[in-house]
Amino acid sequence: MLELINKANAEAVDRIQKAQPKVVGIGVALNDIPGMTKKTILHAGPPITWDRMSGPLRGAIIGGLIYEGLAADEAEAIKLATSGEITFDSCHHHNAVGPMAGVVTASMPVWIVENETFGNRTYCTLNEGLGKVLRFGAFGEEVTTRLKWMASILGPVLKEALALHGPIDLKTMIAQVIQMGDEGHNRNKAGTSLLIREIAPYIVMTSYSNEDKIDVLKFLNSNDHFFLNLTMPAAKSALDPAANIPYSTIVYGMARNGTDFGIRVSALGDRWFTGPAEIIDGLFFPGYTKEDGNPDIGDSVITETSGIGGFAMAAAPAIVQFVGGTPADAVNYSTMMYEITEAENIAYKIPVLNFRGTPTGIDIRKVVETQILPIINTGIAHKNAGVGQVGAGLVRPPMKCFEDALEAFVIKMEQEGIL
Amino acid sequence: MSRINELFKQDLKVVNMGLESFYNDLKAQKVETIHMNWRPRAGGNPKMLALLKRLNTKK
Repeated sequence: MLELINKANAEAVDRIQKAQPKVVGIGVALNDIPGMTKKTILHAGPPITWDRMSGPLRGAIIGGLIYEGLAADEAEAIKLATSGEITFDSCHHHNAVGPMAGVVTASMPVWIVENETFGNRTYCTLNEGLGKVLRFGAFGEEVTTRLKWMASILGPVLKEALALHGPIDLKTMIAQVIQMGDEGHNRNKAGTSLLIREIAPYIVMTSYSNEDKIDVLKFLNSNDHFFLNLTMPAAKSALDPAANIPYSTIVYGMARNGTDFGIRVSALGDRWFTGPAEIIDGLFFPGYTKEDGNPDIGDSVITETSGIGGFAMAAAPAIVQFVGGTPADAVNYSTMMYEITEAENIAYKIPVLNFRGTPTGIDIRKVVETQILPIINTGIAHKNAGVGQVGAGLVRPPMKCFEDALEAFVIKMEQEGIL
Repeated sequence: MSRINELFKQDLKVVNMGLESFYNDLKAQKVETIHMNWRPRAGGNPKMLALLKRLNTKK
């Protein structure tokens, strides 16, 4: 059994290491995301019904329905959301990922990322910036106006610029940003800057008006997290080929919907193993406290699953000013993650650890055995719909996810006659 | 003089395993101490230990 598992895990990690994620274009959710319909709303985390959704997820869905013109106001949106007419589903079930509430509606522009080695594609919306934004559960005129501008100007301008530039190699870019003080989840200053440097000349070359080009460049420059919506689909595109490897105990997906934290394990296929999402320990914006924070939410933990984010925190010591702790803590967090992972990343290297590769490929056996849970850098949404982000911090998944997965793995091995 | 007394005449360098309160007490007394981040396997959970043992077979 041990040999079978070790061999399968080596295969899973080899596939993650061989991934070559590239951003190949920008599409529209309805046309490009598999299984998307006009009345489908995708959300972060494992599947969840309206009655169990937390405030920020409900807020983002209300905002999404208003943005799509399916509801005129909050009351109509709630009525529609509870009517059964709308299909809610996990982004992950549609090859997509979404930060925080992760809401994707039909007409939203989406990045298209392709893992060139395996040919699989993943999708993610464009990042809206900070403040009153849909992904933190805010809705209203300001949110809708920005989303409409993103669909009518930002998306099309970037699409044309990308077509002029050609695909952008995200693996190389992420490898660079890890050496420039980003960890790719909660610090994306270097990534956003590199992306602007790469794409800016091609934005200038597009057929749009100077006013539109200026607006797009100013928007990119004003949003330090713009690159997050590329590290996320890059991470997912690298991890998806590691799914469904018989006997592998490697985690290929982690996600939260604001109520549940869920993980998916290679040999256990599409099944989610869930536990209650935890409250985040972190730093709060002025006027807010821990009492205001919603439990953990968002698909952005796909970055940690792939070996960056909190796992690469030693590379991003400045992040402690945003999430709390000291630079020594950041080094300790990364170092600890080697205890629960299968390998060291061959592309993402941490300078301060003598260019050691980031810890990559979480093994459920190691998590249960050592009792060391993955460390996650994350934003904190207000628990009520419509408020937005209130801070940032560190959080871990519930141990229950890993224990339940381990038990299910043993049962599967018994059923297959391996044990 | 027994050898143990020789030890206590030197500056102590302590590695603490287990309860963190021992480490905190020594630290409060300015004794050079390192706390080892150690936990029992699977947190001592018999069910999880049994599952891990089943997967550890070389067969």
